[in-house]
Amino acid sequence: MSKHASPAPVVEARGISKKFGDRFAVDNLDLDVPAEVCFGLLGPNGAGKTTTLRMIYGVTRATSGTIRVFGMDIGRHVRAVRSRLGVTLQQNALIEALSPKENLLVFGRYHLLREPELSRRTEELIDFLELRSHAHVPVRQLSGGFQRRLAIALSLVNGPELLILDEPTTGLDPAVRLALWSRVRELRAEGTTVLITTHYMDEAQRLCDQVAIVSAGKVIATGAPAELITTRLAPETVEFDCTPNEEAALLDGVASGRRLRVGRRLMLYLDDTTDLIEQIRRHDEGDRRSIIVRPTNLEDVYLSLTGTSLEANP
Amino acid sequence: MSLSLPYALAVWRRNAVMYKRTWKWNILPNFFEPVLYLFSIGIGVGAYISEIGGTSYIAFLAPGLISVAAMNGASFEVTYNIYVRLVFEKTYDAMLTTPIEPDDVLAGEVLWAVTRACIYGGCFFIVLLLFGLAPLPSSLWVIFVIPITGLLFAAIGMVFSLRIPNIDMFSFYFTLFLTPLFLFSDVFFPLKERLAGPWLWVAEALPLLHPVRLARASFNGEFSVTVLWDLAYTLGMSLLLLLWARRGVRDRLTN
Repeated sequence: MSKHASPAPVVEARGISKKFGDRFAVDNLDLDVPAEVCFGLLGPNGAGKTTTLRMIYGVTRATSGTIRVFGMDIGRHVRAVRSRLGVTLQQNALIEALSPKENLLVFGRYHLLREPELSRRTEELIDFLELRSHAHVPVRQLSGGFQRRLAIALSLVNGPELLILDEPTTGLDPAVRLALWSRVRELRAEGTTVLITTHYMDEAQRLCDQVAIVSAGKVIATGAPAELITTRLAPETVEFDCTPNEEAALLDGVASGRRLRVGRRLMLYLDDTTDLIEQIRRHDEGDRRSIIVRPTNLEDVYLSLTGTSLEANP
Repeated sequence: MSLSLPYALAVWRRNAVMYKRTWKWNILPNFFEPVLYLFSIGIGVGAYISEIGGTSYIAFLAPGLISVAAMNGASFEVTYNIYVRLVFEKTYDAMLTTPIEPDDVLAGEVLWAVTRACIYGGCFFIVLLLFGLAPLPSSLWVIFVIPITGLLFAAIGMVFSLRIPNIDMFSFYFTLFLTPLFLFSDVFFPLKERLAGPWLWVAEALPLLHPVRLARASFNGEFSVTVLWDLAYTLGMSLLLLLWARRGVRDRLTN
């Protein structure tokens, strides 16, 4: 149903900046997070992602610009806004001496939840994040993945309309990441808006309906992952090793599209790769150079925008 | 002003939940400590002192030690415990993702420190009652002195804890601040009989002196202008320091 209606964005940030000393952590950033989508804020460490999140839930005050969350000015309605959102911090803030269940009860009281609502919600979240097996074990005895699931459960205790996840899967093993992604998808399907920061591009591509790539405190690209890939690069990628000297000879005369070099590794982004591969094989003659042909992913877009220089080759 | 009592109580409740798990072990030393002081200093040293301020030494010592207990109860809470929650456990960062605001954090923590002061001071008082060292009914006034003593030392400790660079600074706080206060605030001997002229005025600045005098006045059932001054100092200083701590909490938790 949300596909047809176009409700006001859950988060609207206009020209927000944050200055620490004489350095801008966030520099004139605009952001619209539509309702009921999973929105990814992507960027390298130090790009200003966490500072942006902190401004959105009103713990860091913007040096300039305005932020509206649920249509309310965050500077004036901090409590009202925070009562409707949940935040999983980058670093877990659990009470290690207490069990998951006790942590949930304590955290629920921060939202002024009362019995029987408090216990009902706690039990629901214990099931939802599969905490049942160790619900009564002190948190300090639990694995990293278990603790992370509990941290996410805590941020859901008030049934938030907006869930903010700051690097939710950093340091987790693949199985736990997959399980968390599926929980996030379920939440989104139920109508929760999710705002997630990550520097894992595969996570962003699998999970996010829309992303904004942040670099040096600014949004440098925004859109759906697939759309960013096709508009910024091309659907197919050819990847192989070659020296800069070889490069000119190998690619001579071929419409080689955009390319990206990381050391010896060269990546070319194309709509159709067959001509290029033929040409490389002809050039190499019998010598079978290892060539990888794969779909272009968000990692390529991210790298091309934030890291290595990308040159357009008409 | 963005203080909300329900949220402050949620902060208080968090600490109460933690304390409830270990109170049986935590509370025992609260009963032993006064007994040790009473036996060693009160009875042991007191045996060489025939009379002090018109009473036996142990009767002189007892009320002051209640204030010391309240001071210690509050101080442990707002020093090491606050610092661990602030820096290592990130408790307040988590709280500030909920509708809880920095003022609620400060109020809840101070209220909890006052609660701990009441537990420490209260245990001490019960021991004194059992030993027949607390005259009834006048000594019951000390029930009001204990929480305001806790409030004052909660405020002092808060200001300190929010501004130190590392946890090692607390050893200075305890050995160079609280210990001298303990030794030179009328607990063991009346300052006014040992200090000359201007030094007596300097001594009036010592924060523990006022709660100790209030506790002793309660025990003796004496109410004078000094009691009003001691009350004004204790409450006024608490208020000033809490306003200062309020800025500290905001600076540490938000930016």
